[in-house]
Amino acid sequence: MKLYNRGIILAGIVVFLILASGPFWYGRGRAVSPPDLKLDTPAIEQLKEKLCVEPAPYMRANHMRLLNDWRDSVVREGKRTYTAADGKVYKISLTGTCLECHSNKEQFCDRCHDYAGAKPACWDCHIIPEEVR
Amino acid sequence: MAPTRREFLKIAGVSAAGLVLPPLASVFAGAQAGMPAAGGVAPTGSDPRSALTAKRWGMVIDTRKCRSGCTDCIDACHIAHNVPNFGNPKDEIRWIGTEKMAHVFPAETHPRIPESIKSLPIPVFCNHCENPPCVRVCPTQATFQRADGIVMMDYHRCIGCRFCMAACPYGSRSMNFRDPRPFIPKIDPAFPTRTKGVVEKCNFCEERLAQGILPACVIACSEKALSFGDLEDPGSDVRRVLDGKFSLRRRQELGTGPQIYYIL
Repeated sequence: MKLYNRGIILAGIVVFLILASGPFWYGRGRAVSPPDLKLDTPAIEQLKEKLCVEPAPYMRANHMRLLNDWRDSVVREGKRTYTAADGKVYKISLTGTCLECHSNKEQFCDRCHDYAGAKPACWDCHIIPEEVR
Repeated sequence: MAPTRREFLKIAGVSAAGLVLPPLASVFAGAQAGMPAAGGVAPTGSDPRSALTAKRWGMVIDTRKCRSGCTDCIDACHIAHNVPNFGNPKDEIRWIGTEKMAHVFPAETHPRIPESIKSLPIPVFCNHCENPPCVRVCPTQATFQRADGIVMMDYHRCIGCRFCMAACPYGSRSMNFRDPRPFIPKIDPAFPTRTKGVVEKCNFCEERLAQGILPACVIACSEKALSFGDLEDPGSDVRRVLDGKFSLRRRQELGTGPQIYYIL
């Protein structure tokens, strides 16, 4: 088989492979430690039982789904309370209920979202009370 | 070598069992752990003690009570809803504005209307139409009509196409051409702001009604020019005002069925 411009093509392929796999070589053997989430806000310190609206493992895995359901519940159906699995009733509000306890957005939400590369658009509109005060 | 009929059936049976059994097992495991199933969120209805409810919300504006130059209702609304002030009419966002009679009621205006009425500053809102053209054109159902007649915006779904602005015959909608946050005089954390690229408008203060409070504009008006209530309830404020006076609706001939009534 005759390959024209063999040298340039092979060199190009090698350069491409080095560039494309570069990030993998760069990060090889380096472990990025999971983010250190802070749960020491004044509101959480005051809680007798340190519980979120649902158990922590569920929230960790499904908070985005829960928030989407909350959003649709309030905006589309006009239902503004959430009954948790344990029967407790919560007011549905990102700024009011979630950030009431997790008032340290930067050390809680942002750290994990940065680590996971998630870019939620919540804060384009919803207000972080700390930033306004 | 082709498998025998018996071997083929065995393999098919085991494969089918393999497809069916693991999902079943995980369903039972989930039930035992007592975890709420994803998407199984079932919030209870809004608090019946405090929320104001109606079959069809409506408003009556007695423009004869409006003082020239007064912007109390506009200010109260725009503060309560974090409406930005860009300081130029091109980018202007308004939930409530004022217009002259010739613009609000073009068909009802004629040269012999007294100057006192012609020069009235008539407040204009979203009309929360019975048959809203904005809802019909919205490609994402970001604008929708609630059972109580309020035409709502779901800013999460708005893609900024502005079909609704083209469809609305009242110019009740405004587009955020720029990021509104820096232009909000004082942000009220109780209500979200909007973001660049969404359309916004009056929501009849549905967030206040849910807490049992009348709309901000109605409360802010010191002259009691605005009445708000259930149009289907004969004893409501709006019905009492409408029963006593001749009233107009904006561009009635279009068939949108506006729910804001004007007394001139």
